[in-house]
Parts: sequence; C-alpha cells; structure tokens
Amino acid sequence: MTPAPALLSFLPVLLRGAAVTLEVTAASACVAFLLAILVGVARVSRAAALRTIAKVYIEILRGTSALIQLYYLFFILPLLGIETTPMEAAALGLGLTFSAYGAEIVRAGIQGVDPGQWDAARALGMPHSLAFRRVIAPQAFASMLAPFGNLLVELLKSTSLVSLITLTDLTFSGAQVITSTGQPGQTWGAVLLLYFLMCFPLAQAVRSLEKRFTVYRGPSGASNVRRLA
Amino acid sequence: MTFDAQLAFRILPLLLRGLVVTLEATLAGFVFALAGGLVLALGYRAKSWPARAVSRSLVEFLRNTPLLVQLYFLFYGLPLLGVRFSAMITGVLGLGVYYSAYVAEVYRGGVDAVPAGQWDAARALRFSRAQTWWRIILPQAIPPVIPVLGNYLIGMFKETPLLATITIPELLSAARQVTGMTYRYSEPYTMVALIFLAASYSTSLFFRRLERKVGTS
Repeated sequence: MTPAPALLSFLPVLLRGAAVTLEVTAASACVAFLLAILVGVARVSRAAALRTIAKVYIEILRGTSALIQLYYLFFILPLLGIETTPMEAAALGLGLTFSAYGAEIVRAGIQGVDPGQWDAARALGMPHSLAFRRVIAPQAFASMLAPFGNLLVELLKSTSLVSLITLTDLTFSGAQVITSTGQPGQTWGAVLLLYFLMCFPLAQAVRSLEKRFTVYRGPSGASNVRRLA
Repeated sequence: MTFDAQLAFRILPLLLRGLVVTLEATLAGFVFALAGGLVLALGYRAKSWPARAVSRSLVEFLRNTPLLVQLYFLFYGLPLLGVRFSAMITGVLGLGVYYSAYVAEVYRGGVDAVPAGQWDAARALRFSRAQTWWRIILPQAIPPVIPVLGNYLIGMFKETPLLATITIPELLSAARQVTGMTYRYSEPYTMVALIFLAASYSTSLFFRRLERKVGTS
C-alpha cells in the first residue's frame, strides 16, 4: 500500500481534472438551459405542431441513455463530416440530454402558474405574448430555480461520462493517476471525495433555495421527491 | 453517412443477447435498491442517533458522487480488500447501492405523508415498533410512491450502459463488439438507441397508466 503522501503528490493532476469537469458542466449547462427554455415553451405553445415536436424531442432524448447519446455524437458526427472536439461533443451531448429534463421543468413551471393570472392579464387587455412575458414567465421562473439546481447536480455527476470519450476530466485523471500509482482503491476513493466536495455544497445551496420557496407556497407545493434520475 | 439496414438486421440477435444481460442487471439491481432503500429509510427514523446519522450521510454521499466512479471504486477497489465478485455481481451491487439512496428518499416522502396520528394510534393500541412499521406505516406509505419508484426503474435501466465499462457484456458492449468487427458505427449505435427508446418509453407508458390507477396526483 502506498502511503497517503504518494497519492497527495498526484493531487494536482486530479485537481486539473476537476477543473475540466467544472468546465464541461458549465458548457453543457448553458446548452441545456437555452434548449430547455425553447423546448419547454414550445411544449405548452398554442400551436399544436410545436407542441408535438417538443414532445417528440423530449421523449426521444429522455428515452435513450446519456452515454449512448454521447457515443452517437462522438462517433457518428465525424461520419457526417462534422468535426467536433471532444469538449464540443461533450457539451452538445450532455446539453441535449439534460435539455429534455430541463424542458419538463419549464413546462411544469409554466403550467404551475395559477390560470387566474392568464385571465387577469387578459382582463387588463394584454395580448397573449405580452401576458406570457410580463406575468406568467417571471412567476414560473421562480418556481423553476430549485428543480434546475437539482438538475445541475445531476449534470455535474453525469459529466463523468465524458471520460469515456477521451476528455481529461476528473474521472479520466483518476484513471491516469492509477496507471502511475497502481492504487485503484485509494485513487477512486479520492476521486469520489472530490466529486462529493463539488456536488454537496451545490446540493445544499439548492436545498436552502427550495426551502425559501416552499415557505411561501406552503407544504402542498413541496417538490421534494421529484429529483430527476 | 450510410445506414445499412441489412447489417442492422443481422446484428439484432447479438444486440438482443446483450439486452437480456441489461434487463437482468436492471431487475436485480432494482430489487437490491428497493431493499437497501427500505433499510436506509427505516434508518432515517431510527431511535438511535448514530443510525440516523449513518443513513443520512450515506444517502448524501451516494447521491452526490457519480455512479460511474462508484462502479470503478467497487470493481477495482473491492478485490484489494480480498472481496472477489464477478463483474456482473459488482455491477448489480453498484447499481443497487447507488439507487438505494434515491429509493430511500422516495420512501421517506411516502412515510412523511402518513399522518402523525397513525403513529400515535399504533402506540395507543400497544403495537410494537416493528409492527407499527409493517402493519401500519409502510402499507400506507408505499403504494402512493409506486409510480415514482417506476421512474427510478426506468432511470436505472438507462444507466446500465455504464456497466460496459466494467466488462459486463450488456447491450452497449454488444454494440461496441460490432463496431470492433465491422468498423460500422451508425448501425449498432442507432439500433441500441432504438432498443432503449422502445423499452423505456413502453415502461413509462405502463407506469403512467398505473399512476392513474393508484390515483395520486
């Protein structure tokens, strides 16, 4: 057994990997967030065609596996003549996968706004799109924050998949360290700990955010069980 | 890019053999998670505070680290402790342990929803603690959360491709084998995606119907 100091000397390698992990998380979160808003709004649109397209998009991306989608992008896009770096494939792949879950959050947020708000806006003479922008969307957005936070934690964990498409994230760095130390047990333990140190504070922050919102929505609005897998 | 439908058809039996392994791992892992989750959920409400602390922190740790790394840890770490399992058992254990943390939270939601008066009534009738759990609380707590458990079953099914990384010959491994032999990517991966879509969409329809039948929001 290598004593702990030996592993400690490899800490910089793991930390560099952790930085890449955060980078991939940020990039794919941006892609996922933008697409989620677009698809989620389309999902509750008044145009039936848009609703159907959004539904198909969500079902396909949620129904297949994140790893398969990554592989698909990484191995098949080049065959179509589209060259992507592993980082682009990762951000696009995870972004697409998580946008489907995000779109459902957007849909639930919009549908969760009291229908009376629509009526009130119409009574005040607001056209549909203005009512959506000024009245519905701001209220819906507040209730989406906590679920989006939970999704971000899931996304951060899922970035470990990008190690399988050759990106040197934290997981990949762990594998690299093992080739030089030959200490899989300790190294994977350290990698787990580093992931925990990134995810746990984020999860706690989301929880306090959630508590703040459920205080005024009352216990019936608690969304504690719905953490997306 | 071309899609050779004949090739896709030819590799189907190979992929379906992989699918069988995937389904076995999913079901075994889910049974493990249902049991492990129950232990953790009981731990939340244990009388002794160390039991509560242990189950709480275990759930936090499992939920805040990636399944892939947990699988690596078990697969490469356990043998160092002298524990030797086959890859399949390690994979089922990994899936089961990871999801038991999520399942525990689902049970907790169900248990919290049981009115406190039920606990008082059980005590007034001199039910033992074990009797209270089995006869009073769990029968009311679990049925309403079955649809949520179903979502996690589908979630677990979609995470099984990770098992390919610890040498388990499941669906994705089968597809990789095809790419290794034929240098064709679009057919095997498209077929795998379609198989996943068919399986998880039909299961989700089933649970949606069940949700309506169980009749909770």
